[in-house]
Amino acid sequence: MGIDIKFPIGLMFTILGLLLTVFGFMTSGDSALYGRSLGININLWSGCGMLAFGLIMLFFSRRSGKAKTK
Amino acid sequence: MTDTGFVLSWIDYTIMIVYFAFVLGIGWALKRYMKDASAFLEAGRSMPAWVAGLAFISTNLGALEVMGMTGSGAKYGMLTTHFYWIGAIPAMVFLALFMMPFYYGSKARSVPEYLKLRFDEKTRGLNAILFAVMTILASGISMYALAILMEKVLGWNFHLSLVLSAAIVLGYTYLGGLSSAIYNEVLQFFIIVIGLLPIVFLSLQDLGGWSGMKEQLAPIVSAKGFAPDTWTTTWKYTGSAASNPLGVEWYGIAAGLGFVLSFGYWCTNFLIVQRAMSAESPTAARNTPLIGALPKMFIPFLIIVPGIAALVLLNKPGSGFILPEISPGHYNYDYTIIALLKQYLPAGVLGLGITALLASFMSGMAGNVSAFNTVWTYDIYQSYIRPVTSDKIADDKHYLFVGRMATVFGVIVSIAAAYLASLFGNIMDFLQTIFSMVNAPLFAVIFLGMFWKRTTGNAAFTGLLAGFFIALLHHGLTVPEGAATLVKGGWIANLHTYPVEMAQNFWTAIFAFSTSAVVTVGLSLVTLQKKSDEELKGLVYSLTPKYVEKNIAWYQRSSTLAILVLAIATILTIFFW
Repeated sequence: MGIDIKFPIGLMFTILGLLLTVFGFMTSGDSALYGRSLGININLWSGCGMLAFGLIMLFFSRRSGKAKTK
Repeated sequence: MTDTGFVLSWIDYTIMIVYFAFVLGIGWALKRYMKDASAFLEAGRSMPAWVAGLAFISTNLGALEVMGMTGSGAKYGMLTTHFYWIGAIPAMVFLALFMMPFYYGSKARSVPEYLKLRFDEKTRGLNAILFAVMTILASGISMYALAILMEKVLGWNFHLSLVLSAAIVLGYTYLGGLSSAIYNEVLQFFIIVIGLLPIVFLSLQDLGGWSGMKEQLAPIVSAKGFAPDTWTTTWKYTGSAASNPLGVEWYGIAAGLGFVLSFGYWCTNFLIVQRAMSAESPTAARNTPLIGALPKMFIPFLIIVPGIAALVLLNKPGSGFILPEISPGHYNYDYTIIALLKQYLPAGVLGLGITALLASFMSGMAGNVSAFNTVWTYDIYQSYIRPVTSDKIADDKHYLFVGRMATVFGVIVSIAAAYLASLFGNIMDFLQTIFSMVNAPLFAVIFLGMFWKRTTGNAAFTGLLAGFFIALLHHGLTVPEGAATLVKGGWIANLHTYPVEMAQNFWTAIFAFSTSAVVTVGLSLVTLQKKSDEELKGLVYSLTPKYVEKNIAWYQRSSTLAILVLAIATILTIFFW
C-alpha cells in the first residue's frame, strides 16, 4: 500500500532526536533538572540515540526508494 | 500518586505534538489509496513481513499490557516472563508454521469467515457477534484506564483526554483504514521501546545493576515468605503453588498459560491474526508472527525489569518512590510505570515516556477498532444485512462506506463503554472475564477443524457452546482467595478456593478447552460431515497440498526463522531459570 513507512519513522525520530539533543545541550549542567536522572544528562543521550536511529531509518528508506525506481 | 502529579514543560508537549502530527499524517497520506473495502479493511494484502510482524506485536502492546505487566513485574518478578516466553512464543511459532497457511491460503478475510468456510454459518455468526462485542468492550475499558491515569497523574480533564485520544484514533483509522492502523503500530512500536528505555537504564543504574537489584531484593522477598531469589528466577520455584507468588505449579503454567491460554489468544484472536493476514504473500504471512516473536521475547526487559526495580524502590527508605494504596499495605500496582516515569525522568525524556504510554494506548485501541470494522462489515453486515450483489463496483463503494461508518460507530460505542466502565467498573470487568472465556473453546474448535477433516459444523458449534458453558460454571463455582466481590467468581456456590486469581483463570481455560475438545470430537463422530473433501481443500491440513517454499534463500524461510526464535527463547529460559 503506497507508502514506505521507514521514511516517516526516520523523519520523526530525526526531528525528536534533534529536539532532545539541543534541549540536552541547553540544559547541560542544570543539576536541578537532572537530579532525578542521577545526574545523567539523559536528554542528550536519548536524543543522540534517537537521532542515530532516525538517520539509519532515513538511509534505508532512501536506499529502498532508489532500488524501486531502478 | 499525590495531587501535585507531574508538571510537564513545553519540551514535553512539543514531543507529544510532533508524534501526533506524524500519526495523523500517516493516515492522511494513505487516504488516496482507500478505493474499496478490501484496501480499507484488509490493507489490500500488501504489507511486507517486517511491517506486519512489528504491527502484530504492537497491537498486543496496548496500554493495559504495559501498565499491567510492569505492575506484575513488581508483584511476581521474573515469573511474569512466563507470559512472554512459554506463554507466547510456542503459540506464535505454531500459528506461523501450521495455521497461517490455512488462514491466509483459504482467502478468508477474517477468523469468523474461516469458521464459515470450514464449518457453517451459525458457527461464524456466534463467533462474529461475540468477537464484535468483546473488542468494543476491551477498547472501552482501556480508554477508561488511560483517561483515569491521565487525570490522576497529569491532572488532565478525564472527558477531554477520553474524547481527544478517541478522536485521534478515529482520525487515522477513518482516513487510512487497516493500513493506517498497521503503519502507525510500527511507529508506535518504536516510540514505546525508545520511550521506555530511559527508565530501564536509570532504574538499573540507580540500584547498582542487575546484581545490585538482586541483592536488595533478597530481604524484601524473604519478608514475603518466599526464597530470596524468587523474583529473579522463572521456573525454579514452580515445584509447588505455594512457593511462588503466581500461586500456580509448573504444570499449571505449562498447560494453562503455555498451551490453552496462549494458543487461544495468539492463534484465534482475529485482532492479532488480522495483522498476519494483511501480509503481501503466503511466506510473508507465515513470517509475520515469527518476526513479531523476536522483539516479543525481549519486551520483559523493557517492562518487567523496571517493575522489579519498583518493588525495591518501594521498600527502600529515602528513595522517595511511592505508589497509591488501595487499602493500607496493598498497593495499586497499575501505577508502577507512571510512578517510575515520575521518579527518574526529567523534562524532555519525560514527554517521550508519556508519549510512549499514549502510543501504547492508541495501538491497542486502533487494533480493536480495525478488527471490529472488518468483522462487522464482512461477517455481520455482508452476511445478514446486505449480501453481495452482482454490481461489483457499487458493492465496493458501498462496503467501503459501511467499513468507514463501522469505524465511527466502533469509536463512539467504545467511548460509551468507557463511561460505562467508569460507572459500573465491576460489571465491565465481569463482562470482559466472560468474553475472554470464548478463546479457549474457540482454539479447540479451530484446531480440530484444521487438522481433522472429520470435524463437523454441528459438532463445532456445540463444542463452542459447551466449552463456554463449562467456563462459566467453573467461574461460578470457584473463588480466588480474598475475593471481595462476586465478579471474581463463586456466584453460584463456592466449591474450591484458588490461592490467586491467576490460578483460577488458568484452570477455567483448561476446563473450557478440554470440554470443548471432547464434545467436538464426540459429536463429530456421530454427526454427518456436510462438507465434501473438495470444499475443504485449503481449509484442512490433510486435504491441502503441502506448502513448499520455493526460490527462497534458506535464511528467509519460515522454518529457519522459527528455529532461531525457539533457540533464543530456550536460551533466555535457561539463563533465567
